[in-house]
Amino acid sequence: MNQILEILQNIRPEFDFSTSNNYFADGMLDSFDMVLLVNEIEKVYNISIRGLDIIPENFNSLSSIEQLLAKYGVQL
Amino acid sequence: MNLFFTQKKIAGILTVLPSHEQSFDEDMKNFVSSPARSLKLKLVMGYDRHRLAPAHITVSDMAVYGLQHLFAQGLLQADEFDALIVVTQSPDHFIPPTSNLIQGRLKLKRDLFCMDINQGCAGYLIGLFQSFMLLEQPNIHKVVLVAGDVLSHKVSPKDRNSYPLIGDAVSITVIERATEPNEIYANLQMDGSQAEVLMIPAGGFRLPSSPETAILEDDGDNNLRAKDHLRMDGAAVFNFVQLEVPPMINALLQSAGRQAEEVDAFVFHQPNRFMLHKLAEAMQVPKDKMPSNVVENYGNSSCATIPMALTHNFSKDLENRSLTLCLAGFGVGLTWSSMLLSVGPLQFCQQIDFPCEENA
Repeated sequence: MNQILEILQNIRPEFDFSTSNNYFADGMLDSFDMVLLVNEIEKVYNISIRGLDIIPENFNSLSSIEQLLAKYGVQL
Repeated sequence: MNLFFTQKKIAGILTVLPSHEQSFDEDMKNFVSSPARSLKLKLVMGYDRHRLAPAHITVSDMAVYGLQHLFAQGLLQADEFDALIVVTQSPDHFIPPTSNLIQGRLKLKRDLFCMDINQGCAGYLIGLFQSFMLLEQPNIHKVVLVAGDVLSHKVSPKDRNSYPLIGDAVSITVIERATEPNEIYANLQMDGSQAEVLMIPAGGFRLPSSPETAILEDDGDNNLRAKDHLRMDGAAVFNFVQLEVPPMINALLQSAGRQAEEVDAFVFHQPNRFMLHKLAEAMQVPKDKMPSNVVENYGNSSCATIPMALTHNFSKDLENRSLTLCLAGFGVGLTWSSMLLSVGPLQFCQQIDFPCEENA
């Protein structure tokens, strides 16, 4: 989980991602940040996230990211 | 809707690009977000440089230049085509049609079927459909399809969502009857209920341009744009493409009774590299069979990206042999469409620059 926090922090260093459960509504991530996040996660965990899974709902919080990655066999 | 055509072929393709090029590094100076964040985006989305027409240069300017080039090279005669179709979302004027303006400027024959089509990212395919249908007429032997846009004029330079990917270009495709069967399979879907996902809100009759519609507003993501500018909901467009395009291509191949392995190249509209890579993964198509280099070299010129992908990547191939191509366009409307056909050997498959400075 710390690794995901680190990735998020690298994309938007100005925010504390451990305190929000809705990164998009809280203005911490936008759609392009989501693309950067997917790109980083794919590199770090050596997976390929399906295009249909690249929706804000799957990247809204640490728990939603954790659930998504579990689908790809990644346990955080 | 499935469509089927026979005994029609593409005879030649020319892409006309404005000579003025701007780099992403220059674009970044206008963005509100940090340079570090923009640079990361550059790598993932494949932004590097794009061709932009100066404000006074229009689609008809580049089309006339391209057609004069074809006439001068002996690749097309001014009196040998019977229809001129222009696909664009950036007409010279609301009235008259841009196709009529091109006819007038080039002193083309009066016995010419001129037609404008307002379509975007799937516009090249829709222009081809219309061309094939016109060729069913006994008096129409050859059609010239102009597909292009100068939409950079309508994108805010402070909009990081849209500005780095936009590009201007005009393509000219000659379509004619074929003596061989040359079966062409295609399909087309539309969903106007999602039209607002890609829209220029002001400037038409619903909301005429005014000082108010020119005011830049922050969309909440540090993108500044006015109602006069193109507005794109990037996440919604991405999801729409990933949802609709792979099944559309499967249905196309199924209707044609062909396998993906039989296709030499999947030449799709190019919004950005990331989106195309995700499509290739979903369709289990090798990435080298789906060119994604138009945006990084020239920008996304809406209906001109498919012919540009052909002239940029397959010029020599298509001038010398036949390729089985799967074309697909998706976006504005929303509209999505695909086509499976054999193309080549072409009489010409070229790119030329439109000299912006000389025409300043």
